[in-house]
Amino acid sequence: MNEKIILNYNVDSDDFTRAGEASGNVKRNLKLMGVDPDIVRRVAISLYEGEINMVIHSNGGAIEVIISPTEIEMILKDEGPGIEDTELAMQAGYSTAPDNIRSLGFGAGMGLPNMKKNSDELKIESKVGVGTTVTMKVFIS
Amino acid sequence: MLLGSFIEAISEFEVLNKGYDLDREVRVPYCCDLLSIAMGRMPQGAAWVTVMANTNALAVASLAEAACIILAEGSRLNEADIAKAKEKGITVLATELPVFDAALLIYNRLHD
Ligand SMILES: Nc1ncnc2c1ncn2[C@@H]1O[C@H](COP(=O)(O)OP(=O)(O)OP(=O)(O)O)[C@@H](O)[C@H]1O
Ligand SMILES: [Mg+2]
Repeated sequence: MNEKIILNYNVDSDDFTRAGEASGNVKRNLKLMGVDPDIVRRVAISLYEGEINMVIHSNGGAIEVIISPTEIEMILKDEGPGIEDTELAMQAGYSTAPDNIRSLGFGAGMGLPNMKKNSDELKIESKVGVGTTVTMKVFIS
Repeated sequence: MLLGSFIEAISEFEVLNKGYDLDREVRVPYCCDLLSIAMGRMPQGAAWVTVMANTNALAVASLAEAACIILAEGSRLNEADIAKAKEKGITVLATELPVFDAALLIYNRLHD
């Protein structure tokens, strides 16, 4: 396998019933391709946390996953509202999730720390009023 | 203990759905209701005890590879989520017991 495989998904704001679809689908594909189970798990966790953040905190957007022989790159691009202080957002325990979202089990402020821990590279570019792009890479072997 | 035997051994729990992979190993009870903590810390072969009976908990169980979910304190999945558990092959058990008591029962049954 030398070519890249590209997978695309739309993520709607507030659509909890479909949240986890992109990560579930990517996980299934990677498993079928015979990628190491530990790498599959790290990709699934990182992507789910990013996907659910788009559902909860953003106005929606799109995910692109590029699978190549050496790495899995995940690009999560949303249409706002953006993150004011990305360093603060990265801190374990920091969350702006409202009560109705917390009652669903979210809001521990551990999503971004999980993404950092489970990916080999994490980059957050955000502009208030414009949007956030989260890029993660997990290296294969 | 294998998941299939675990389900039989712990007959106090109601079976809401039997998943696909009944040959996987159940090693340890794990309790947490905050999804991103569960996602980050779920041990291998976890029997995950939670009161979060919803779609998101199913997604976490599936992606973090819990061996099964045990819904404690009488929490229940709705019809749509039971269908989702079936589709994804996730084993879901339920009990009226509080979280600690359910986890203790699991621990004892795994170490009998
Ligand atoms: N795509 C995004 N757009 C806008 N804000 C975001 C986005 N992703 C994260 N944030 C902000 O960063 C904070 C921390 O995110 P993180 O995922 O760590 O925690 P959380 O989503 O609040 O809770 P948890 O993930 O533990 O359920 C969020 O509360 C939110 O304020
Ligand atoms: Mg989050």
